[in-house]
Amino acid sequence: MKLARVSGTVVSTFNSPIFDEQRLLVCDYLTPTGELAGGYVIAVDVVSAAPGETVLILDEGTGARQIMGVSGGPIRAMVVGIVDDVTSESTDAG
Amino acid sequence: MHLGRVIGTVVATEKTPNLDGVKFLIVQPLNRDSEPEGKAVIAADAVAMAGPGELIYFVGSREAAQAMPETFVPIDHAIVGIVDQVHVEPVPRASAKRSKDRK
Repeated sequence: MKLARVSGTVVSTFNSPIFDEQRLLVCDYLTPTGELAGGYVIAVDVVSAAPGETVLILDEGTGARQIMGVSGGPIRAMVVGIVDDVTSESTDAG
Repeated sequence: MHLGRVIGTVVATEKTPNLDGVKFLIVQPLNRDSEPEGKAVIAADAVAMAGPGELIYFVGSREAAQAMPETFVPIDHAIVGIVDQVHVEPVPRASAKRSKDRK
């Protein structure tokens, strides 16, 4: 899983059925120290995260489908947690 | 999933049999600000409605095949949605503080 910050939303009408009624968030990856790591992902939001919040991203299909309660579907990235705090001693990880 | 722009089409008559009827489009990946980033990829059109010029989002790797009606197919990128609107806040220039406003 990775840390990211919610920076926006994507609105889509025509999509694969698994994304119906789902919120899609644009999330910028962060380093453990809270800086932008470079790169982003569009993730399905199941925890009602708000823009600006630090979140936990799951980028793995089987786990994502398990959360959605489906056996198939083109889903992979998901916002699975809202981060309250990170304590990190490393400065070069990420 | 990432944002992409459809920049072309690919027609292939001879292909793996279980890809019959699948439409292939050339997709230029975009960054969070919808600017081109990286090399273009050939993606299967899982929504069957995307066309050149359109802003889409696509999924890569194994999940791409999951987007198709037949899920055991050799596909590594698939268009899974047509974007109506993207709202992205600008990158904060100052060193970002982690949000603690949610209790």
